[in-house]
Amino acid sequence: MSKVYIALQDNDVSRYIVEAIEEDNPSVTVNYMPAMIRIENDHELVVKRETVEEKIGRDWDVQELGLNLITLGGNVDEDDEQLKLTWN
Amino acid sequence: MAKKLNIKDKYRLLTRDLDWEFSYQDRKKAFPYEEFEGIKVTDWSKWEDPFRLTMDSYWKYQAEKEKKLYAIFDAFAQNNGHLNISDPRYVNALKVFLGGVTPVEYQAFQGFAHVGRQFGGVGARVACQMQSIDELRHVQTQVHAMSHYNKYFDGLQNWSHMQNRVWYMSVPVSFFHDARSAGPFEYLVAISFSFEYVLTNLLFVPFMSGAAFNGDMATVTFGFSSQSDEARHMTLGLEVIKFLLEQHEGNVPIVQKWIDKWFWRGSRVLSIVAMMMDYMLPNKVMSWKEAWEVYFEEAGGALFKDLSRYGIRMPKYTDVACHQMDHMSHQTWWTFYNFGKAAGFHTWIPTDEELDWLSEKYPETFDKYYRPRWELAKEMEAKGQRFYSQGLPQLCNTCQTPIINTELDDPTQLMYRSAVHNGERYHFCSDGCHDIFADEPEKYVQSWLPVHQILQGNCGGPELETILSDYYRMNVGADNLDMKGSPDEQRWKKWKGVA
Repeated sequence: MSKVYIALQDNDVSRYIVEAIEEDNPSVTVNYMPAMIRIENDHELVVKRETVEEKIGRDWDVQELGLNLITLGGNVDEDDEQLKLTWN
Repeated sequence: MAKKLNIKDKYRLLTRDLDWEFSYQDRKKAFPYEEFEGIKVTDWSKWEDPFRLTMDSYWKYQAEKEKKLYAIFDAFAQNNGHLNISDPRYVNALKVFLGGVTPVEYQAFQGFAHVGRQFGGVGARVACQMQSIDELRHVQTQVHAMSHYNKYFDGLQNWSHMQNRVWYMSVPVSFFHDARSAGPFEYLVAISFSFEYVLTNLLFVPFMSGAAFNGDMATVTFGFSSQSDEARHMTLGLEVIKFLLEQHEGNVPIVQKWIDKWFWRGSRVLSIVAMMMDYMLPNKVMSWKEAWEVYFEEAGGALFKDLSRYGIRMPKYTDVACHQMDHMSHQTWWTFYNFGKAAGFHTWIPTDEELDWLSEKYPETFDKYYRPRWELAKEMEAKGQRFYSQGLPQLCNTCQTPIINTELDDPTQLMYRSAVHNGERYHFCSDGCHDIFADEPEKYVQSWLPVHQILQGNCGGPELETILSDYYRMNVGADNLDMKGSPDEQRWKKWKGVA
């Protein structure tokens, strides 16, 4: 099974992003490691602006993800609404 | 009021409408390196950055990253952060990092500045320009982070002088020289794809998590800040590959050959990271082998499965690399322990707890092949017979690592290969490195092999000590030898008030 993944710095902004990811992708696995959070899923994972904004309580630009991002794996597709990772 | 553009439109405006037609100059002369590698590009407009990053957003977010990072550096320095690390042995991993990684970040900056000029497509030029600036940022942030340690520990003072001279530094340095002296498309496959996508996670993710776990706030912060750029670089690497494969079927065998070559080159460069993970982090996060399984076998497996639709397969000799991961860190650290006189950092015998951890993480190999060596080293040290190898290691003519890896079916036999070219015999550490040489012997006969250079009298000497002090500019007796009894250790004990 091909897994896409995203790793975020373990901080106060990422906490809400992780909550949003869990809500939008119920099958994800979340691993906490020193200073980082690694989230993986089979084939596809999506980070949605709307859900992050709801969790974080303010406007949030998908491009802001770069500030807390450590790494990712999968084909990326990003627009104003979401960042999507996929493997064929 | 004008409607705010969405990122797709902004990206299109930047990368499509900014280009121009050549009316009085020959386009081929403007991009002279675009064809000689045999790569065929029929439509540059198909190049798309999946993040659709434009310059305004790039500067905005990079500036924010820098502000966060430097605030942490300030806090770290003002609060004597070096006193909060887990163990002073840890700093030796930083010495390896600053000497081995930081200079190649600078080479990556130069490489992307160069190839960014050479591509006919604007999307590719913009992406390379951003990456070039990123790489320069990485150099600067790493130097700034480690300048604090340089005030308190030995071995960090001459890294830029040492990078082109010291025997083990030639491994990463020659990797980048090889990539930068190739054509622009090979450079992208080498660095953007094989190095960034397939391998850098192994350096910047588990090792940096380990830095955090060892109390090094400065390093984890620059590491993750760099890696956030790498996430973009990795994505570029994957897009490069897909773009080349989609442009022309004739590109497939060329790209596969480059993937094979640069995966193998990269796996050899990582031997030093393997050692950092397994031996130089006093508080352990995961073993090198576990990191390899997560970030290469699992992530790389998914990647190559995705690319199989283009006719791309796993890199040649993946099986050999995976097999050697059970041995690599042990053989590398043992080599540095033996050549500790000629290394610009301290080595040590793992503690009993660390030996137990290694036994647990490497059940197939550690107790059988490597633990007995450390038990012997302990015994010899206790008798006052600490052994330092007096010779110089034999280097592989391709990857320049010492020939220390062993045969798959017999871990007591060195893996050794050779080839004769124009009447001269050349030596290699593996079939992978032999094949790379055989494909372009004219390139690799020019390798600047540090051990050969010493033996030819080109590095001063002939005594090892004067080569180290005059040619390498090491502080002999302070930078090298064992951690035990070093000035680093004495200072640490004084700061901590222990005898």
